[in-house]
Parts: sequence; structure tokens; C-alpha cells
Amino acid sequence: MSDDLLEVRGLTVEYVAEGGSVRACDDVSFTVRRGEILGVAGESGSGKSTLITALTRLERPPAVTTAGQILFRPHGVAEPIDLVPLTEKQLRKHRWRDLAIVMQSAMNALNPVLRLGAQFTDVLRHHDRGLGRAGAERRTEELLSLVGLTAAQARSYPHELSGGTRQRATIALALACGADLVVMDEPTTAVDVVMQRQILANVLRLRDELGFAVVLVTHDLSLLVELADRIAIMYAGKIVEVGTAHDIYHRPSHPYTAGLRASFPPLHAPVERLHGIPGTPPDLRRLPSGCAFHPRCPKRFEPCDSVVPRLSAVGDQEVACHLHSHDRSEVVDA
Amino acid sequence: MTDPMMASEAALAEPAAKEQTARPRRRTSYLGKRLGFYLLVTWVAVTLNFFIPRLMPGDPATVMIAQITQRTGQPPNPATVESIRLLFGSPDQSLITQYWGYLGQLIHGDLGLSISQYPVPVADLVMSALPWTLMLVGSATALAFVIGVGLGILVGWRPGRGLDSVVTPLSTVVGVVPYFWVALLAVWIFAVKLRWAPVSGGYAPDATPGFNLPFMASALGYGALPVATIVFSAFGGWVFGQRNMMVTTLSEDYVLLARAKGLPGWTVMLRYAARNALLPSVTNFALAIGGLVGGSLLTEIVFSYPGMGFLLFDAVSNRDYPTMQAVFLLITLTVLLANFLADSLYVLLDPRTREAS
Repeated sequence: MSDDLLEVRGLTVEYVAEGGSVRACDDVSFTVRRGEILGVAGESGSGKSTLITALTRLERPPAVTTAGQILFRPHGVAEPIDLVPLTEKQLRKHRWRDLAIVMQSAMNALNPVLRLGAQFTDVLRHHDRGLGRAGAERRTEELLSLVGLTAAQARSYPHELSGGTRQRATIALALACGADLVVMDEPTTAVDVVMQRQILANVLRLRDELGFAVVLVTHDLSLLVELADRIAIMYAGKIVEVGTAHDIYHRPSHPYTAGLRASFPPLHAPVERLHGIPGTPPDLRRLPSGCAFHPRCPKRFEPCDSVVPRLSAVGDQEVACHLHSHDRSEVVDA
Repeated sequence: MTDPMMASEAALAEPAAKEQTARPRRRTSYLGKRLGFYLLVTWVAVTLNFFIPRLMPGDPATVMIAQITQRTGQPPNPATVESIRLLFGSPDQSLITQYWGYLGQLIHGDLGLSISQYPVPVADLVMSALPWTLMLVGSATALAFVIGVGLGILVGWRPGRGLDSVVTPLSTVVGVVPYFWVALLAVWIFAVKLRWAPVSGGYAPDATPGFNLPFMASALGYGALPVATIVFSAFGGWVFGQRNMMVTTLSEDYVLLARAKGLPGWTVMLRYAARNALLPSVTNFALAIGGLVGGSLLTEIVFSYPGMGFLLFDAVSNRDYPTMQAVFLLITLTVLLANFLADSLYVLLDPRTREAS
């Protein structure tokens, strides 16, 4: 298992509030291999953005990581490091050098009063003390050219750039210090479909050239099917299915995955009637008993409203669904 | 699986050229426009200043000449009469002629003669009072801004923690205490009881005003207490405003990204959070400069400080219209200047405004 870059075990993130806390991520476990693109898909409120901030240890109160491990093995480190107990100061050594992030909205992710180039050079020079100003500027130009931007754009302020340009710039920024893992939180929601494709094509090409791994979170399953190596499906704070993009698309095992899959037009076939998933995502403060999806599930049966299904291997995939569980002696929900 | 995406790869470099802009020209043209606007408003203010006494019922100029005659026992000389007529209206001349004469007089710095201290020119009174006020209120405003905004940045960086829970409520309480009460209390405690500072005045009576050490030292000593009272009353507002802006800015994605970049805490706090959270405070600071001349009334009355506020107070008590008018004109001009300063500063600090208007 030495090619595992990241191993998340039982990660639980809660929003602490008066009158009880809300579990936005509940016992989430998965692995990311070196150079792999792992897609995380789910509806709004499924906890996928919370997962991203928890992975990068950027969660802010009231969000608190209450349990679990984030075992991270960046290059040049023999033993995996658990990111969860690290202090901010200890984390700072890994930030950007090993672990970088692309934010949801490039509009707001860049400091409006600093030129684009300055937001590259400050991080470059912070992580490489020997790098002079000229060296940092040269490196900035190289990085920008990776995503098809010019040196002239480094002298622009963020508001002078289009949404797509800004988003490509934040991707270039994430690559500045050669991180092993780049997490992306819906990096293409703010741009149009054409730009979306260009950006994702860029990400794929750069991943092939530079070999970083990506955890990409989005609600757009069809996008992940094209881009990701493996896909994890989240529902109500839990991962309900993990599998290769091919399997998720062609052989979804969980009824929720099948529902998501059916809500998107097919890739290479005439558009037929699409089916949504009836109902709405559950309120995390009042989760349904048993499987959280059971009130919306077309295939629910006797154990679904009382027993919480656990994520377990079914062939190459992992599924948390009673339809696929061989052993029903699971935790009985109180 | 990825094939359909690669076709668009070639189009990547294309949008680069369009986004280049002629930035330096834009900045000057923006400032040029603002400058033009302020020159226009200045002209309007000066013109209003011309019309207001002429709109008063009766003939203020005649009343004034009578007042001077009464005070000095003889009618003023023809040149003075002419000047008063220009400033306050003449029944014999056309409005246009008067207006040109008035503008000419203003440009030469002739603001008429004071009535209460006849025949001292108003310009002389203003020129001797202005430096005192500028030094007093200027240094107090700057100090309050630096202390208040600095504290605001610090407490806003960690809202709800130790420093915030002490400084913020305290600065709010201090900010709402009426200023005159603070000033009187300060005089009573520090000047009367403890005798650490002089009770009133701008400098020791035995010092000769000018560029000499004894005078400047005594001016500093006399100014310390009034400055301290202004800073005490004003800094709380800065703390509060800056803290709240800081808290708002902290939730911005670019601050989170700066943290994700692993930049040191100070860099994130100052270069990313405070640099953006400072913008409204800078505007407010420039606007506070507008209150420089007019806002020192209470301080100068409590401390009998020889500045503009005291001059105005004196002029009002003695119905010295030429002096009052000059002070009002100066207050208007300071406010305009401060607004212009605020605009210009904002352009320097926030690149986004360079495109506006």
C-alpha cells in the first residue's frame, strides 16, 4: 500500500451549535493513491465541502473535527503523518508544499488589492527562502503559462481578469510549490461550460505531467465520470459508494448513485426522459433512522429504516446498502 | 474516457490578449475627474458664501459699518468700507461687479477686517489660529486612528478571544462618554488636582512664539492634555469599526486561501485581512480630517486653546460676522479637501475603484 498518498479513517466533522451539534461528515473513510483523481459527488448539504475543508485542516468554528485520522504521506516522508492532531504551526510546514487547495469561487479566492503575481511570489518565496524576487517572478510566469496565461496577466488585479482566467490562475497557484495533493472544491461552478471543459482538460494534462493527486468535490456527477479515476458518492455526511468512474457510471450499486446517474443526460446517446430523485436531502439535525436515504429510496425493504448500513466491499466497489450486504448483523440504530 | 475534452485544449491561450488594460492612464484620468469635481464644488461653496449675506434681510454691510463707527468713535476709512461692501453687499453696485470684486479679494487672501478686534484683518486672525488647531486636532486624529485601527486589527483577528472580550466593550463605553465631560474631568484631575499639566492656553506666557526650543517645548506641554482627551474619546470608534470590518473580512475566501498557502500568521493578518479591512477606516480617516478645523470647538473652549474653535467661539459671542464667515469658508474648504484626499487614497489602496465612474 505504499502508493497510498492519503488515507482518511473515520473522519467525523461536526458543526457545534446550541442545542446539539450537526454531523456534516460522519465516519468518512477513503484512500487516495499517488497521482490519482478522486471525485466526491453529492447533493448540496451532503457534507462534501465540509470534507474538503477538514481534509486541508482549514475548518473554522463552528466546524470541529471530532474524530478520525487523516494519514498523509507526502514525498520524502517515510511514516505517514496524521494531520488531525497537528497544530497550525506544524501544519504550516505542509501547507502548499505538500497540500494545496483550489477554492470554489475564484472570484473571492484572490486578494482583490494585490496583483495576481504578488499572490504567487509571496507563497513561492515563503516556502523557498533562497528564491529571490526575480526568480519568483520567473517561476510565476512558468506557472501561469502552464494554464495558458501570460506574464502580462501577472501584473493584473483579480478584478481585471475574467472568471475563467481567475479560476485557471488559482489552479496554477495551487501547483506553485509542487504539492502532492491538490483538493478542489467545485472548481468550475463559476464558469461556463466551455471554460469548464478547458479548465478540466488542463487539470488532467497537468496531473499527467506533474503527477499530483486530486480530490475533486462537485455536485456534477457527469463531470466526474469524465475526469476522475475513482468516485466517492456522499449522502447526508456519509460515503455511500466508492468505485471506479467506469463502474459508478455503468454499474451503480447504491440506489442513490443510480438516481444521481439517471438525473444526468447520457454522454454518447440521444437525450431521453431524465429522472430526478424524489424528495429532498435530509435535514442533518434530524436524520432518518437506519439508512439516511431510505425515505427516498425506491428499493427500500425491511432493514433499511432501522439498521445503518456499513460501507463494505462488493467486488471492486465499496457500497453502504442493505441490498448488497451479506451480513445483516450490523449496528442497530437506537 | 477523457477524449471528448481534449479538443478544446487548443483554445486555451486565446483569451489572454483581451484582458490587458492601459492602467496608468486610467488612474490619472480618474483623479483628474475627481479633481475637476472638487474644483467645481469649491466654486459653488465660495459663491454661496457670497450670496448668503446678500440674502439676509436688511443691509448687513451698513449695520457693520455702523458697528465699527460705534466701536471706534469714527467712521471707517473708504478702503475698509469698499472691502465690507464687497464682502457683504452693496446697494449701489450690480451683483456681477460685486461678485468679481469679491472673488478678486478672496484670491488675494483678503477676508475683511475683524469687527471685534477692529482693525485687525480677519486673515491675520485666521493665520495665527490655524496652525494651533492643525497641530492639536491633526496629531490627535492621527494618534486616535493609529491606536484605534491597530487595536481593531488585533482584536478583530481573534474575535471573541481574550483581548477582544476586554478591549471591545471598553472602547465602546469610552466612546459614548460625552467629550466635554471627559475634557472637564481631565482638566480637573490632571491640571487642577495633580498639577501635571497647565489648566489653559497654548503655550507658557513667558515663551516667545517662533522657532525656538523653549516655545516649542511649552507648546508640546500645553498641547498634551487636550490631545490626550481627544484621543481618549475618539479611539474607541476606530477600534469598533476596524474590528467589525476585520471580522467580516476574515470570512472571505482569500483569507482562507492565504492560510492554506501556509503563510505566517502576521502576513495573513496584515497583507490579506487587514489590507482589505482597512479600506473603510481609511475613508473615515480622510473624512475625519474634514473635521480638523471645525471639530475642535469643545476642546479649545475647555482648554482656552488659541485655535480656530476658540476664534469662532469668540466671533460668535461678539457677532463678528467677517470672522465667522471666514471660519465657515475654511471649514467648508477643509471638508472638501478631506473628501478629495479620501477619494485619492482609496484609488491608491483599492485597485477596483480605478475603473469606477
